[in-house]
Amino acid sequence: MKNGATVYLYELAWILPSIAIPVGMLAALLVTAFGAGIHVPSIAGRVDPTKVLETAPFDKPGVVQTGPLRYEVRMVGQIWSFTPNEIHVPVGSTVTFVATSRDVIHGLFIPGVNVNVMLIPGQISRVSAHFDRLGEYFIACHEYCGIAHHTMGGKVIVEPRS
Amino acid sequence: MTTDTASLPEKRLTGAHLLVAHVALLGGVVTGLLQGLEHAGFEYPASQYFIQSYYHSVSLHGVLNVLVWTTFFICGFLPFITARGYAIPLVSLGLGWVTFWVMLAGLILAAIPLAGNAATVMFTFYPPLKAHWAFYIGLTLVVVGTWLVTLRLALTHRVWRAQHPDVRTPLPAFMSLVTMAMWTLASIGLAAEMLFMLIPWSLGLVSGTDPLLARTLFWLTGHPIVYFWLLPAYVSWYMLIPKQVGGRLFSDPMARASFLLFLILSAPLGLHHQVTDPGIHEGWKLFQAFLTFAVFFPSLLTFFNVVASLESGGRARGGKGWIAWFGKLPWGDPSVAAQLLAMLMFCAGGIGGLINASYSVNLVVHNTAYIVGHFHTTVGTAVTLTFMGICYWLVPHLAGRALWSRSMALAQCWLWFVGMLIFSSALHELGLRGMPRRTMISHAVYFQPEWKTLLPWVGIGGTLLFVSGVLYLLNLLLTVTVSRQPAPAVPEFAQAMAPAESGPAFLDRLRPWMVVAAVMIIIAYGPTLARLIGGASFTSPGFRVW
Repeated sequence: MKNGATVYLYELAWILPSIAIPVGMLAALLVTAFGAGIHVPSIAGRVDPTKVLETAPFDKPGVVQTGPLRYEVRMVGQIWSFTPNEIHVPVGSTVTFVATSRDVIHGLFIPGVNVNVMLIPGQISRVSAHFDRLGEYFIACHEYCGIAHHTMGGKVIVEPRS
Repeated sequence: MTTDTASLPEKRLTGAHLLVAHVALLGGVVTGLLQGLEHAGFEYPASQYFIQSYYHSVSLHGVLNVLVWTTFFICGFLPFITARGYAIPLVSLGLGWVTFWVMLAGLILAAIPLAGNAATVMFTFYPPLKAHWAFYIGLTLVVVGTWLVTLRLALTHRVWRAQHPDVRTPLPAFMSLVTMAMWTLASIGLAAEMLFMLIPWSLGLVSGTDPLLARTLFWLTGHPIVYFWLLPAYVSWYMLIPKQVGGRLFSDPMARASFLLFLILSAPLGLHHQVTDPGIHEGWKLFQAFLTFAVFFPSLLTFFNVVASLESGGRARGGKGWIAWFGKLPWGDPSVAAQLLAMLMFCAGGIGGLINASYSVNLVVHNTAYIVGHFHTTVGTAVTLTFMGICYWLVPHLAGRALWSRSMALAQCWLWFVGMLIFSSALHELGLRGMPRRTMISHAVYFQPEWKTLLPWVGIGGTLLFVSGVLYLLNLLLTVTVSRQPAPAVPEFAQAMAPAESGPAFLDRLRPWMVVAAVMIIIAYGPTLARLIGGASFTSPGFRVW
């Protein structure tokens, strides 16, 4: 591989796969994202961060049933707690979290069900998840929010259908 | 290229940057050890006279390592490389010193509140956490200093070009200039966040801020900053390592092409850090995920070019076979060994980066320990271990004394590699098990039993990294103080098998590519920023809750 022409061939032999590899990975990403219907957080409205507790739906934080096995959790994050911080739903539920923060940035993270969204003052976060395993899921604030950040947590308790 | 163009005052200037960088690194490895031990179950030794909390420590660790160590090293190293590349002295040593003092003044201004626990806001300083104003003004001055470095390199380029109108820019100088130009263009996001939002707000001139807008401006700069760290390491991998292993650079035009692609693709993809943010349309997140995959292309070009160059060295040294030549490389040279290990770690780090940026997959890993594991393989090893490898020849050269101990240096780089393998593997796995990052995890109310078996490995890996860091700093300290042997020659730049002239002339231009880079930013960020600025509501008051 000493002369120019050979170098050029080697270059080409690498450049083409180097394009093909990211394109292939992107295709896989698109198939999984759209084929499986996975949505990342998007635009869901704004709220005045100084008036969160006076603004619907955050004036009545809690769990509301919106249909058969469908629930909406209206949640407020603040230093250093979630309201509500314990959520009970029957197994097989689809739960939509509508949440915001009324002070600094927090995170709403429930591993295992792909709930991973930032709670940013002024912005409303909206994400949905399926809970089809009985038992307890933990909720963690996963954005540094001050000296007691590690105490900001909660749980989702998935119960048998009654 | 054989003449030593760095005059004694210029060497002093480079040395001054390296001194600041290494003081920062010392602070970074000490805090890192204590944080690793916290994860392993030891109580964090907080003290009101020193480091006041775990989170104070993490803020110090991040700022010292990724902002100070990297930036000061780069602003010392790239001008040094540029002068050697052009084989002429840089213009205006005075400007060089003004730059250094601006950066140092900024650093000290930022360091006072940071050390005093008045800026415990992490190196990402997301509002409405509100640090002391001196922190924001200080960091802004450091950024202004980096712009002056760009100016000095650009002015030097003009002088050289006037003398050599028809010659291709020497590759090391070209790479250095592209790196600084990329950074300067991309830093507009951070500059806007500081000047129009955080500084007036922290001074009390305005009462509120818009956290999402600030975050978006931050990440406009926050992703290209990783290429600002990485590209100087690439300069060494392309230009010096091939020579240090006794080979040649495979292709000069391909190297230029990859740097120009980094110039245009580094900035328009910062939204992949905000995949989980509300208030930004998922379509733009997907678009920037696509561009993140595109920037993998110049990384693959680099991989090929560097490995082919290494192979030429390995075979010249009698290496055979498909893989076996790799063992024939001069592993006994600590500068080479450190950088080969950095490259190996970067193979994992680069692929991990793609996983993080993969849109839907980001929901699994965002803000977990997985991310911490990831960037310790990239900026913490690919970049840091390479910079260490460079210092193993650069510091002896500047001091005029041989490295104090080669065997200690070899042990150091292997220790870093092994320590990082343990540390980062444990953190990757903990992240997949749902452990959040930047959290005093031993005290977390949601602590999971399944984390328990892995957490000690974070402490063990962190301890090995600490020992390695101390050996490194000690070796350099002894080099500049007690070593008595004269310094060996500085590695020459590698000659290319396919020289610059074998590629098209547009690969030696900068201005048109700067325009393309700016247009890319406007396309990728314009609609989102226009909407965020148009709908901005500066209503969030600041909080000091640490």
